[in-house]
Amino acid sequence: MTKTFSVGIDIGSTTAKIVLLKDKTVVFEKYERHFSQVRQKTLDLLEQVRTYINDSPFTVAISGSAGLGLAEAAHIPFVQEVFATGEVIKLLEPDASAAIELGGEDAKIIFLDDTPDERMNGSCAGGTGAFIDQMATLLNVTPDEMDELSLNHTRIYPIASRCGVFAKTDIQPLLNQGAKKEDVAASIYQAVVNQSIAGLAQGRKISGKILFLGGPLYYCKGLRKAFKETLHLSDKQAVFPKYSRFAVAFGAAIYAVKCGQPFTYDSLVKSIIRSIAGNINSNRLPSLFASDEEYQTFIARHNSSTVRSVDVDTYTGIAYLGIDCGSTTTKLVLLTDKKEILYSYYSSNKGSPVEIVREQLNIIYEKAGDRIKIVGSAVIGYGEELIKNAFNVDIGVVETIAHYTAAKYFCPNVDFILDIGGQDIKCFKIRNNAIDSIMLNEACSSGCGSFIETFAKSMEYSISDFAEKGLFSKSPVNLGSRCTVFMNSSVKQSQKDGALVADISAGLATSVVKNAIYKVIRAGSIDELGKNIVVQGGTFYNDAILRAFEIELGRDVIRPNIAGLMGAYGAALHAMKLQVSSKSLNTSLITKEALSQFTHTTKTVMCSGCTNHCHLTVNTFSDGRKYISGNQCEKGFGLTKTTDDTTNLYEFKRNYLLGLKTIKGTRGKIGLPLALGTYELLPLWHTIFTELGFEVVVSEMSSRRTYEAGQFTIPSDTICYPAKLMHGHIEYLLNKNVDAIFYPCMTYNVKEKNTDNHYNCPIVAYYSELLNGNMEDLKNTGFLYPYLNINNRRELSKELTVSLQKLFDDVGFIEVRKAVRKGFAAYAAYMKAIRIQGEKTLEYARKNKKRIMILAGRPYHIDLEIGHGIDKLATTLGFVVVSEDSICHLANKQPVNVLNQWTYHARLYKAARYAAEHKDTELVQLVSFGCGVDAITTDEVCSILESKDKYYTQIKIDEITNLGAVRIRLRSLLGALEEKGDLNG
Amino acid sequence: MDNNYYVPFTKAMKKTHTILAPNMLPMHFKLILQVMRNYGYNVELLENQGQHIPELGLKYVHNDTCYPAILVIGQFIDALQSGKYDPHKVALIMFQTGGGCRASNYISLIRKALHKAGLGFIPVISFSLTGIERHPGWKLNLPILHRMFYGVMFADLLMLLANQCRPYEIEQGQSDKIAEEFVVELTDEMAKIRVLSYKKIRENYKQIIKKFSDIPRMHEEKIKVGIVGEIFIKYSPLGNNNLEKFLFKEGAEVTVPGFLDFCLYSVYNYIIDYKLYGLRKATFRLDKLLYNFLIKKQQKIIDLIKKHSDFTPPTPFKHVISLRNGYIGIGAKMGEGWLLTAEMLELYEQGVKNIICTQPFGCLPNHICGKGMMKPIKAHKPDINIVAIDYDASATQVNQENRIKLMLSNAKSRIETKSTEATIEYSIPL
Repeated sequence: MTKTFSVGIDIGSTTAKIVLLKDKTVVFEKYERHFSQVRQKTLDLLEQVRTYINDSPFTVAISGSAGLGLAEAAHIPFVQEVFATGEVIKLLEPDASAAIELGGEDAKIIFLDDTPDERMNGSCAGGTGAFIDQMATLLNVTPDEMDELSLNHTRIYPIASRCGVFAKTDIQPLLNQGAKKEDVAASIYQAVVNQSIAGLAQGRKISGKILFLGGPLYYCKGLRKAFKETLHLSDKQAVFPKYSRFAVAFGAAIYAVKCGQPFTYDSLVKSIIRSIAGNINSNRLPSLFASDEEYQTFIARHNSSTVRSVDVDTYTGIAYLGIDCGSTTTKLVLLTDKKEILYSYYSSNKGSPVEIVREQLNIIYEKAGDRIKIVGSAVIGYGEELIKNAFNVDIGVVETIAHYTAAKYFCPNVDFILDIGGQDIKCFKIRNNAIDSIMLNEACSSGCGSFIETFAKSMEYSISDFAEKGLFSKSPVNLGSRCTVFMNSSVKQSQKDGALVADISAGLATSVVKNAIYKVIRAGSIDELGKNIVVQGGTFYNDAILRAFEIELGRDVIRPNIAGLMGAYGAALHAMKLQVSSKSLNTSLITKEALSQFTHTTKTVMCSGCTNHCHLTVNTFSDGRKYISGNQCEKGFGLTKTTDDTTNLYEFKRNYLLGLKTIKGTRGKIGLPLALGTYELLPLWHTIFTELGFEVVVSEMSSRRTYEAGQFTIPSDTICYPAKLMHGHIEYLLNKNVDAIFYPCMTYNVKEKNTDNHYNCPIVAYYSELLNGNMEDLKNTGFLYPYLNINNRRELSKELTVSLQKLFDDVGFIEVRKAVRKGFAAYAAYMKAIRIQGEKTLEYARKNKKRIMILAGRPYHIDLEIGHGIDKLATTLGFVVVSEDSICHLANKQPVNVLNQWTYHARLYKAARYAAEHKDTELVQLVSFGCGVDAITTDEVCSILESKDKYYTQIKIDEITNLGAVRIRLRSLLGALEEKGDLNG
Repeated sequence: MDNNYYVPFTKAMKKTHTILAPNMLPMHFKLILQVMRNYGYNVELLENQGQHIPELGLKYVHNDTCYPAILVIGQFIDALQSGKYDPHKVALIMFQTGGGCRASNYISLIRKALHKAGLGFIPVISFSLTGIERHPGWKLNLPILHRMFYGVMFADLLMLLANQCRPYEIEQGQSDKIAEEFVVELTDEMAKIRVLSYKKIRENYKQIIKKFSDIPRMHEEKIKVGIVGEIFIKYSPLGNNNLEKFLFKEGAEVTVPGFLDFCLYSVYNYIIDYKLYGLRKATFRLDKLLYNFLIKKQQKIIDLIKKHSDFTPPTPFKHVISLRNGYIGIGAKMGEGWLLTAEMLELYEQGVKNIICTQPFGCLPNHICGKGMMKPIKAHKPDINIVAIDYDASATQVNQENRIKLMLSNAKSRIETKSTEATIEYSIPL
């Protein structure tokens, strides 16, 4: 009998693998990165198996997301990769109960027990292998080093695990605050684990013998450990097979045998080569430059926006220092008194900005000698507080203001600034010499500079080479305009269509630009942007992006030669302004001598000031000074408390709800989950059940642990965070051994005046249906979720009686009716108390000349985990905080241009109206990620405010726990208000 | 609603204006729009497609708005900017259901988008059976609605039968050709006749059933795939990246529950509002009357299919309602609500065990009625094979198709293990 060969090729998003089977044994396997050269890499790999197969016929099949196009074009059998894996496992590990496979960008889980099931991550949960690579870049280590680091961790930080972009938003501030790399590395792995479990298993238990497959799990020991520990698996149960990386390719080879379509080496190579022709996708964009001449003009034009440099080694005189400690990069600028640049520095944070600034200050002092005297210093950015404390910088300046100051230097009548930095996009419109509106990218689309950089690296290009390639692409690919996770898969698609690196580079440049224009600025026409546009931020050094922006706008813009240093430049200008106005030549900046003694150590502790248990990072500097970060409020470490019922309506509401007293009942215990709709209706249900003789158990206000307790039963990974938390609240109640849990279904919410209708959002309305279907443990208790009409007490009493009788048959209609009456009285009392307190707070603010912030959201945004204590942050910044429901009764009727049909949202419009009509009142809208309804309300709230020339500030919140970005946001608002000088009395 | 952007469609406009309609349900709309034409409205179905449509939509609507809104608005604006129409001589029409889903805001969003595009003077007509906005030039009376209803019935029937024939036909393209021919024939006929007679309609039904029965077909087993989901994405090729075509190419037989079910669901929800909450007391009898009328009409078509062919007829709506017992409450009525859950179970009962649940990315009701119900459904029907696919302006086809392919592979292997039980043994590799 002759030997038979079969080849399996697996082309994933980043790597290609090949397996050669001779009869039924693997004789060759190879795993290599393909750097998007899918066809070439396939041919390379085939070349390598040629020595084994010579001219014998063999069967072949391709698998993997990037292999689909190739297989189709070359008429080679294709097998879906998860399916292929499943087949292999059934053969090799028949007793396995599940397999988890992490690939470059896909995550998969295969259940093999009684009810087999195969799942892949949804479109939003990108980031596994590619995500780990990105994170390693962020830590400035190789993936291998990151793995080593993780093994020595001492603690785990909570990092948002739903999507790579979110996680990044959490990690960068951690690094900036001085968290240990070891801990961050381990936390990153933990996030990947949580994401895989929550996102893929979706409520199904993972137990028994589990196989772990795919590249990342093969390489990262720390990741393997995290999986094993999180799933509580023994050594026997957690299997990390040697063929882990080749499972898919092996499966493809097996599949090929079944297909039986024979190839020879020559015929296979021929069909692959032939498939290249005529496969250029039609979805392409015009090239960035029509001619070389056009390119030269472009270069010349941008070379004219420059700041003069002066030789630091010969200059004698005074100087000003500006530091911009951003999320991913640190920038320093030293200016002469003529605003010329003496010295500048731009570098990635490498995970420890303090060290970088120390190093740079040393160099500056070295160069300065006795000739140059620094007389002023200023710092901006995420690390502002840390750097200011570490080096005694004179002032901290609000980032946005510094940028505006710098832009004015290049274009005195600038009316629009777009800044694309490493992590965020900021745009400001300028009117009457003041910042008129600020737009920042929401956490969801924060893929900007660092995204392209990591992308370039993953394809083994430096960012400048990558950008340059893009400049001369003949047909850039069209990659859409959403978040980076989507871009990754768009790139995958274009690779499938045979796009070149240059085309991808140019396409990415256009995507970044489109993302900024259509997602962040959301411009309908370019005229909205203004005439004098300054673009800045390190990302704009990339000429491809600059050019793409000009093309998209159809207008020339100004890019200063110090585009990446504008923040630091602006900070230095502010330092100069301060020094000039104070006429003092003394700076508090750390001296050369002190700097040589400078040390910096960090320690992490858990705050026990409240139930929130913030993880604090304590930075200790050489002279014993301390700087604490990571805290959500000012409590803990003896700092003064700035929040109380009078200055913060959120606090008032929380205290009111927590103050509801539980009375021991005779009929049993009823659990109320303090989540979603219960936040507003708690006094109603609480009173009803107490009156009926039940002991009411209310779940605790959420914390991160609430989420973790319930995350394994969440079926939809894109649902809003408030809904996800509900699962944890149910778990809490189940642990309290209640006799019944109550969360009713209510299509309609409380009817309030002047609205078109009074719906709940679908999530608040029907979440119980989902809970009932997805939380197995609910079957062990009574779960009551009757459909109730809250606007008709009789109907409500009727339905409630029927529902209660299922578990407590002695409950009668008459007593329910009576209890319901009392319940509504309690609810009315609560709402009235909120309104009275709202008025009191307004009065207090006006008497004490404080700015008022309407922190507008939903009733459940008072939850500390959902709202992340933004209310407390606002009070520490000097605002007095009121909630939308506490003041909307004071507003006039607000006409809106949308269907005003949700009760909670109608209050938003009224609150906006109130803010629009009061000079001392600002509105900040909290929007939970994934809240579809807010896609409608935000535009409307914004237009109500802007019609009266008020700022609209929106804060998108999700699992993210770091307040750094929010702080900058609110301080920018304050800064802009102060420049406008609105609060006069 | 406050109507800052409201522009009335006047009586005079009826004569001068072209009304543009988005391409939601291709076959249904052809028939429905013909009815409108017969009543003097100059309507045109938009068929512009392409990547630029969602991109244009993104410029004019909030990116987090549902994908259907982005598509519809993109399609409108694209048409208006194409130069094909005099903007002062067009109006737009949008079909919507109302309710607690944000989709009930489509009209407002279209108006806002028009305003943003400098086209705020264009009237937008809301075609809705709930709160009808007043437009002097736009009147729906019983005869129009009656005819439209039969338009829906015909389209449902054509879609149902064509789907059941297409993958098996010997002469490729025959089913679609017959369906197309019927659409022309039926619209011609509707234009001519004055009084709608059920007798004639019944004749038409029979003729359609016969014509499709006569298509020569192969007898082989194909994978049956059902499509459920958000109403726009489910039906519109623009919304689901030509999902039906893709599945056909992959050799599957596609089943899409009829549009009548959605109409019935909408009417039934009124009855439920009365039953659960004591609302809509005044119109309860009328609602009930309408409901019973629709039920009766559905039953008749089911009977005809059963009697005159071996095609699988639609499931009687009352039975569909009962299918969701034990899974989701009858009160969950936003968006596609409980119907979505029930349709998955309906398909399962018909032997269509492979199901694609389509939804716009972040669709609120589908978190609960679609994705939220998959676990309990799988627990009770272990051999069901469901995949949820999100559609979005930037979700790539390769990702969607890869996930659908996984579902199809599983479907195939189930058929194979059933038929052959043959396995090959392999030795442990390196």
